[in-house]
Amino acid sequence: MGMNLAEAILARAAGLERVEPGEFVWAEVDVALANDVTGPMAIAEFERMGARRMFDPDRVVLVPDHFTPNKDLAAASQAKTLRQFALDQGIKHYYEIGRMGIEHALLPEEGLVGPGQLIVGADSHTCTYGALGAFATGVGSTDLAGAMATGRVWLKVPETDRYVYDGSLPRWVGAKDLILFTIGQIGTDGARYRAMEFAGAAVRALPMDGRQTVCNMAVEAGAKAGLIAPDAVTAAYLARRAQRDFPACSAETCARPAHVIRWDISALEPQVACPHSPANVVPVSQAGAVPIDQAVIGSCTNGRLDDLKVAAEVLSGRQVHPRVRLLIIPATQRVYLEAVRLGLVETFVAAGAAVSTPTCGPCLGAHMGVLAAGERAVATTNRNFVGRMGHPESEVYLAGPAVAAASAVLGRLAHPGEVAA
Amino acid sequence: MTGPQPATPAAHRGRVWKYGAHVDTDGIIPARHLTSFDPEALRRHCLEDLDPGFAAAVRPGDIVAALENFGCGSSREHAALALKAAGVHCIIAVSFARIFYRNAINIGLPVLECPVLAERAATGDFIGVDLAQGELWHNGELHQAEAYPGFMRELIAAGGLVPYLKRQLEGRR
Repeated sequence: MGMNLAEAILARAAGLERVEPGEFVWAEVDVALANDVTGPMAIAEFERMGARRMFDPDRVVLVPDHFTPNKDLAAASQAKTLRQFALDQGIKHYYEIGRMGIEHALLPEEGLVGPGQLIVGADSHTCTYGALGAFATGVGSTDLAGAMATGRVWLKVPETDRYVYDGSLPRWVGAKDLILFTIGQIGTDGARYRAMEFAGAAVRALPMDGRQTVCNMAVEAGAKAGLIAPDAVTAAYLARRAQRDFPACSAETCARPAHVIRWDISALEPQVACPHSPANVVPVSQAGAVPIDQAVIGSCTNGRLDDLKVAAEVLSGRQVHPRVRLLIIPATQRVYLEAVRLGLVETFVAAGAAVSTPTCGPCLGAHMGVLAAGERAVATTNRNFVGRMGHPESEVYLAGPAVAAASAVLGRLAHPGEVAA
Repeated sequence: MTGPQPATPAAHRGRVWKYGAHVDTDGIIPARHLTSFDPEALRRHCLEDLDPGFAAAVRPGDIVAALENFGCGSSREHAALALKAAGVHCIIAVSFARIFYRNAINIGLPVLECPVLAERAATGDFIGVDLAQGELWHNGELHQAEAYPGFMRELIAAGGLVPYLKRQLEGRR
């Protein structure tokens, strides 16, 4: 049987003719990534391994994005460890505050990730880069330390399931709705240990920002990787950015996924994941008029320029509800600057939103928008577990940027069509 | 409470803390405590939002049992480390989320898939464990945990990924 894209990439990275699902391989990594939470722990393990120098400093990327700009003394100390290590090891792909972004929005934008690569990151949302046709997967700090020291990582080759989306997305329905719908259908372990390949007309029609949103949340279904086969959209995106050559790698024409799951999404409604699971998904019209205290638009899932454009379309000429705090967090400095140039930031500030420098902050309840007991948020982030955004008695509803913006205006969960045409 | 005694002297007997399905890493160690990876600091907050009484009452050698997809969510190795620092002898679940599973193997925290026992075990029960054989005794019954694939057995025998790679790196010099 021919190899699927995930298998073809892993075979290349392992230096093998072919690999089979279930096989264990040692594979060479093209990019190894860590942040200010997982990086310091990886550095400690790197030293405990007796490693002194990096296998290849140019393949390592370090981004302080979780607790930054430093939220307190302990966070400052972790960020300092990361910075010092980057300096000592001569890592050029370290991105300082003011020049950085949330890692999974930053690396594609910088042209560091692309088709055919094997990427490991000490962050579960590393699977985002599958949008560019890479095999990208989240690992822990010890694995990352091993990758930094030896350039290799152990992996079990996953089975591939293909998710095919026919039709075209209706007005106000976007990439986030597509992936929330999928997780709602298959559950948070529906793709456990597997590779999800996203295909079909609706996926082909998605621009690169939306494709990243889809692959970003593959981990929320338990997947090891989410992938979209590279096409003209990928090539056009890379042409303007690529800092390196990417390995030639594609699925074999006779490739057969383990399962093919097919949906027509032409009548899909905006989706909402209710507390406390990303799989607790309903169409927004069935979620009820749930009042909210906070709305967050940003994160590695939905903080890209297309997301901010959708939010601005809903917010333009309108006001955030008096009882609601709306936080808008461009995912990278480049997205921020572009949002300023296009007048989106002016729209947000005029509407009564707070606009922040890039940070993961509120998504994981770290800082910049932590919820009190009994508070409720709608967020374009990726998880709504108990205590995710703050107090264990707070609640998070996950949605796309259009629903989050409309909800901020009406002070309750709302369909974007209720406030904008 | 008194099952048959484990057959081998190497085996362990531990008290069970039982949880449900989809225990996530935010529930195991909330992000507000990720400004440190000191095991002692993580231990104090282990399972804080899921079971606030756990950290104070857990005893070294206790066992965590849970249903499907244990450890889903973030890649934070702090979660596996917090449970290890709390003295948890092993985790028995119907299934594990993949990053948590890797992290546990890499740091030498035993994780065992044994669906029938994971369903049956209740908080306060005792389970006898022979890690080498993957044998688990509960209420007079013997359960066999899923065997680790060969490669993973090597990693476990080495004591985790750090000692495993340390040996390789030393060999290279």
